[in-house]
Amino acid sequence: MEIKVLGPGCAKCKKTEKLVQEVIKEIGVDATVEKVSDMMQIASYGVFGTPSVIVDGEVKCTGKVPKKDDIKKWLLK
Amino acid sequence: MESKITHPVQNGGKINKMMALNLLMGAIGIYLWWTIYRVLPDLSKWLTYKLLPIQEGSHLGSSVEFFFYDTPKVMMLLFLVVFGVGILRSFFTPEKTRTFLSGKSEFVGNIFAALLGIITPFCSCSAVPLFIGFVTAGVPLGVTFSFLIAAPMVNEIALGLLYGLLGWKVAAIYLGTGLFIAISAGWVIGRLKLENHVEDWVTQANAANLTMEEEKLTWNDRFVYGWDAVKEIMGRVWIYVILGIAVGAGIHGFVPEGVMASIMGKDSWWSVPLSVVIGVPMYSNAAGVIPVVEALLGKGAALGSVLAFMMSVIALSLPEMVILRKVLKPKLIAVFVGVVASGILFVGYLFNMIL
Repeated sequence: MEIKVLGPGCAKCKKTEKLVQEVIKEIGVDATVEKVSDMMQIASYGVFGTPSVIVDGEVKCTGKVPKKDDIKKWLLK
Repeated sequence: MESKITHPVQNGGKINKMMALNLLMGAIGIYLWWTIYRVLPDLSKWLTYKLLPIQEGSHLGSSVEFFFYDTPKVMMLLFLVVFGVGILRSFFTPEKTRTFLSGKSEFVGNIFAALLGIITPFCSCSAVPLFIGFVTAGVPLGVTFSFLIAAPMVNEIALGLLYGLLGWKVAAIYLGTGLFIAISAGWVIGRLKLENHVEDWVTQANAANLTMEEEKLTWNDRFVYGWDAVKEIMGRVWIYVILGIAVGAGIHGFVPEGVMASIMGKDSWWSVPLSVVIGVPMYSNAAGVIPVVEALLGKGAALGSVLAFMMSVIALSLPEMVILRKVLKPKLIAVFVGVVASGILFVGYLFNMIL
């Protein structure tokens, strides 16, 4: 599974990345996390707000720090 | 690329129960809130003069009383405002706003963009993707700027606190002039035809057309959204509020009556530009500026000068310029700052003249 966290590096983006890492450890799923902070790349996903989470090319959430339960749902599918 | 966000449908009966519980908790909460709010003046007097060995009528006493009164008052007002606005905001998303704005003509677009800038949830760190999203979707540059100016300028926290601390007239003036600046500054920038001063990569950016299913939010979800907003915003701004009140308390207790009237009064022509010059490099947020504003007005500063000071603190900030530099060439940033600062100056002079 390929997860991307989009964000220029604000506090919320860092928190999102940390939460994703935590969930991966908790449920023991095989996944790579990439932090995308380049504005051009972020823009190419067409998202408006950061942080955004992309799982296997699918935009899962934009503009907010996701809840841990939501992240679990995305990763367990 | 097409992406979708899916949300689970929730059980209806469970929601009704949650809703009833929420309403009950809300009613109890409002009653408690109001009870505490009413005893704040007496409580602050008691804390200052009975609990602490401070002489009534002294400079220090006046400062300390201001601090003990304003801190809980501002926090309580902030709580209510942020929760209410959080619920209101759950009805808006940047995506919906963009879709709505992309078909609008210039002048009408500027008006709607400024209005939507106030209520669309958006944090300044998202300014760049939002800017790209708007411009690539065909929202005119000037209209995009109206949105970007209104979003920090007319701050819902400031509006709520001004209403609570200084009354509805000041709040209405702030809202009206803030909108006026956002609309007119955006319109001017649009007329100047500066599209080629947007960084080249922005227009070349091949932004994916993201189609998202609209989130179906229940009222319960909206309450949760409001509550999250309270936790997030209060957790971030409380320190600014306390610092702001401490500065305000210092002014309230130690600055003699009338000194402010000569520095920030309406009779000196330079008071408005001076307020802007002092305000721009200052970086605080709305919640921290309002207690200072309250104290300045109490010492005879003119409303126009104070308004100019407040707007330049919250609308023009260095960190935001640094972020916007990624998508705007220096000339366009200079125009942006210049046009907004002129708008603030105009508002300042106008209110010093008519009030």
